[in-house]
Amino acid sequence: MIKNITNLGDAALYCDFGEEVNKEINKKVINFFKNIQKIKLKGITNISPSYNKLIISFDLSETNFQILKEKILNIKIEDIQNEQFENIKIPICFDEEFALDIKRLCSSFNISEKEIIKKFLEKKYYCYMTGFIAGMPFLGDTDEKLRFKRLETPRVKVPMGAIGVTEQFCNIYTFESPGGWNIIGNTPQKVFNKSNANDPALIKPGDTINFFKISKKEYLNWND
Amino acid sequence: MTKTYFEVLRSGINTTYQDSGRNSLYHIGIPFSGAMDKRNLLISNKLVGNKQTSAVIEFALQGPLLRLNNSKANFVITGDVNFNIIRKNSIIEKGNCYQSYVLEDSDQLDIISTNRSVYGYLSIQGGYKIDSFWNSYSVNTKAKIGPNNGEKFTNNQKIFLNDIKESFHKKKINYLNSKIEFIRVIKGTNYDYFSEKAKKIFLSEEFKVSKLSDRMGMRLEGSKLENIVDTNIRSEGLIKGVIQVPADGNPIVMLSDHGTIGGYPKIAVVISADYDKIVQLPPGTKVKFKLIDLKEAENLYKLYRFETENILNQIQ
Repeated sequence: MIKNITNLGDAALYCDFGEEVNKEINKKVINFFKNIQKIKLKGITNISPSYNKLIISFDLSETNFQILKEKILNIKIEDIQNEQFENIKIPICFDEEFALDIKRLCSSFNISEKEIIKKFLEKKYYCYMTGFIAGMPFLGDTDEKLRFKRLETPRVKVPMGAIGVTEQFCNIYTFESPGGWNIIGNTPQKVFNKSNANDPALIKPGDTINFFKISKKEYLNWND
Repeated sequence: MTKTYFEVLRSGINTTYQDSGRNSLYHIGIPFSGAMDKRNLLISNKLVGNKQTSAVIEFALQGPLLRLNNSKANFVITGDVNFNIIRKNSIIEKGNCYQSYVLEDSDQLDIISTNRSVYGYLSIQGGYKIDSFWNSYSVNTKAKIGPNNGEKFTNNQKIFLNDIKESFHKKKINYLNSKIEFIRVIKGTNYDYFSEKAKKIFLSEEFKVSKLSDRMGMRLEGSKLENIVDTNIRSEGLIKGVIQVPADGNPIVMLSDHGTIGGYPKIAVVISADYDKIVQLPPGTKVKFKLIDLKEAENLYKLYRFETENILNQIQ
């Protein structure tokens, strides 16, 4: 199922699972990730699963590419049980104040605000990966009608909690950050919480997410 | 007993607690962090008799001005740094890196600036009174993780020191940070996205380190690198040392606090042995890249470790 393992620099393995982005391939990546995480091979410092790649970083003073590649190729991969994954409900407020790009999307793509909201809420999303900034989930796939390109000039500051869409994906900005996704709403739900030290990321690769609409008033009172 | 602490009279540009880094959290978006220049971290800890895993204070370009209160402290600064000790009676002593000094109550340490480099390190015998977070003392200001609430130091705050029982040991070594001619790289996973001309430019021309460089990344300016396949890839994991080239054709080197996922083609990766060197290039300096293969990179890393061990073994 790994198509190819090459080196990324002198201290990482680049495992290629194919070119396409779909749940089936991503599930293989996540399965592999969980298996490697469990067996704790000597020298591995980090494992980064993404849509269709897995990068395994290691400490070059403890192992090297060739040794680790052979070990990885010989691992017996067990299927991860489904109960390890959760379905998480996330509130979203589409108030004007938060929906920074919705009006532009309506006029550029000839779609109504109501339709964007409806299509967005209808779908159940799958978390392909988390990262870029701490805990940011990359979710998919969005409705065919909601597939927009990134902003030509990314924002210097996207507010914390912003929910963005681009191509077949949506995401949640867990911190204020630069970013180029089309922002359609905001969530008061804390998606990354460092005080929850053993489990800071609410949404993890393989989880599913449903969004539900809340009013501005509910938004403001959410964390009381 | 009154606690010994530094009062931060001037915090400096980017002064943080760091250590040897934070592992195993890339998959939730937490980068490695840690001291940018690993060798200087290890030397500074050894020179004050601390463990390799102890926390240090890292500063960049302009360092902090600190006043010691309530007791004495034994400290060392590593890197290429210009600093003074301002004694209580206003006598100014010029400091040398890689040599430990004892500060008396109310003495000040003025870390003026780094010379032709970016990062320097301040270690105190016995260490700082801080808690680790996720097995590391490294501050990640982006996710606000680590001691000092995951923030840089600010003016007027206090830095508490651990009490020590043993006496101060005066130590010193003669060490000069090596200057570089080239930064050696290995081909990146998207090396062939670039035109023959772009590859030639990348491996023969000089690139200037931009002012827009920090612990997350180093932006480089030079001739544009032409991409003939696609200026985006499907987002995937990143590691430190990766050189990404976005659509504008200017390379960006990922450094210790990098975003963990990126969608730009990777033209090359800096070898592990040269990471300490590239991070020390200040804005405005020029850098040239040289392509080598994996075997050479692994051998150079062995050499780098051997040299580091030799330096550490000189400290007794």
